[in-house]
Amino acid sequence: MAKYYDTLQHNVWLPYKFAVGPVYGRFYEGLQEEKIWGNKCPECGKVLVPPRSFCPDCHVDMDEWVEVSQEGEVRLWTLADYQFFGAPVDPPFIGALIRLDKTDCDLLHIIGGLDLSDLEAVKNKIKRGIRVKAVWNEEKQGHMLDLKYFELV
Amino acid sequence: MGRPVAIIGVGQTMHGHRSDVTYPELIREAVEAVFEDTGVSPEDIDGVIYGSMPSMMEGVALNHFYFAEALRGVGKSFMRTETCGTTGISLAFTGYYQVASGYADLVLVVGSEKMHEGDPQATMATVAEPFYQRPFTAGAPGYYSMLSQQWMWRYNIPEEVCRDAAAKLSVDHHEDAKLNTYAHIKQSFTMDEVKHSPVIVYPIRLLDVCPTTDGVCATIFASEEMAKKLKNKPAWVKGIGFRGDTFFVGDKDRVWSESPIGAARQAYEMAGITNPLEELDMAEIYNPFTFVELLHMESFGFCEPGQASDLCLKGTFARGGKLPCAPSGGVLCTNPIGATALIRVAECALQVSGRAGGHQVEGAKLALASGLGGAQQFNGVMILGSEL
Repeated sequence: MAKYYDTLQHNVWLPYKFAVGPVYGRFYEGLQEEKIWGNKCPECGKVLVPPRSFCPDCHVDMDEWVEVSQEGEVRLWTLADYQFFGAPVDPPFIGALIRLDKTDCDLLHIIGGLDLSDLEAVKNKIKRGIRVKAVWNEEKQGHMLDLKYFELV
Repeated sequence: MGRPVAIIGVGQTMHGHRSDVTYPELIREAVEAVFEDTGVSPEDIDGVIYGSMPSMMEGVALNHFYFAEALRGVGKSFMRTETCGTTGISLAFTGYYQVASGYADLVLVVGSEKMHEGDPQATMATVAEPFYQRPFTAGAPGYYSMLSQQWMWRYNIPEEVCRDAAAKLSVDHHEDAKLNTYAHIKQSFTMDEVKHSPVIVYPIRLLDVCPTTDGVCATIFASEEMAKKLKNKPAWVKGIGFRGDTFFVGDKDRVWSESPIGAARQAYEMAGITNPLEELDMAEIYNPFTFVELLHMESFGFCEPGQASDLCLKGTFARGGKLPCAPSGGVLCTNPIGATALIRVAECALQVSGRAGGHQVEGAKLALASGLGGAQQFNGVMILGSEL
């Protein structure tokens, strides 16, 4: 066995301030009013949520705003059962890609309001295509987590 | 495509938990080993290329400067390449370009990570989109578990079949790693142990996931003239391909993704490969998760979409099968991230030159190495062959 010497403790603390800009800013403002805003590409007509400043496919400005439904269907889900940096809630929790009605991409968020103690029971409850709706936090911070989670309809 | 390029040697550290040495000391271990392996003197090297994950992984920014002496980079062309999980294969591409273009005749290419010194999961969380997605991706396992489920759903593969195939890969790779001197995790597991290991992010369980590893891989890329003068049998770069994909998770289906598919097609075209299952003798797929290896077998055209699990269970991709995959034990048993994809390239180079030692695939002449980064967004493929 190689001899192990001590380690030198060293901490780096680096706070960042990301400019939100007008498009993400309007989306965040919508969350504070319990509204979910997307926007529509003038060329391909896709409605994207969260909204973007330009269409990732057509590369044109996305300037038409659309308030989208707060309900949709689960496309994919996972049960995360480990603690990780920046986790929105303590594990276990369900992360999911959710297709809100009449939108053209999946929204990444969490599904809440369920007992997650038994994986098999969870697998029986949550299937691809199952309907979910938004649940809001009482206190708003102008942040993605103003949307507390999605719950089964 | 420029001048022919060969890989003429490999030096690796003993990968694992290496708190016995400082980071520069660990680098030096692999660099000295590649000079020993090739018989090349550091003075003969025209340039050094180095890469790792982002600086916050180990807390020293732009750490190629930190390693200037250990990398023998002083007074030479000295560059850094960094592309997330694909760093290692991007390093190999950079080495290839420098020799193929005539810029250099001998280039030292080194990738590394010393993951036990920092917080790898937090570092990797910073790769994710910060406004909407970072809290929800549940790290790499979160994203890849969703991709795994999407794959099962898309091709109607019964979960039990995927689960068994993934468990077999884990069992096989852990056995393979025991034959590889430099591998990190050398422990046998049964199918049952894999299938009942703790859930990390369903359906991915603990024994479906790569470890946290400290390790360095060093290789030397050489021109034809130099390669023919040196003692080792060269491994020739036959083809390369790389593709990127969109950033937002949820915008696109990444099961049948242009990134790995396009990267492989580009490399096959350059290497003149039309039927990879028949023509390749082995592959080192970048497999941080068992399910991802199965998915990429399909993306790389080893079989039709949705067929990898069945073929895996029949032994097609195991040692002794038609196309052994990750015979070194792969990423699943050794994952110093900045070195990981370069180890895939180095392993293929050793295999096609008949120098892989205990885990040699007999008669291997043509091999595929891949690198995967981000949320399936970056993929690179390099084909190595025994003949020019």
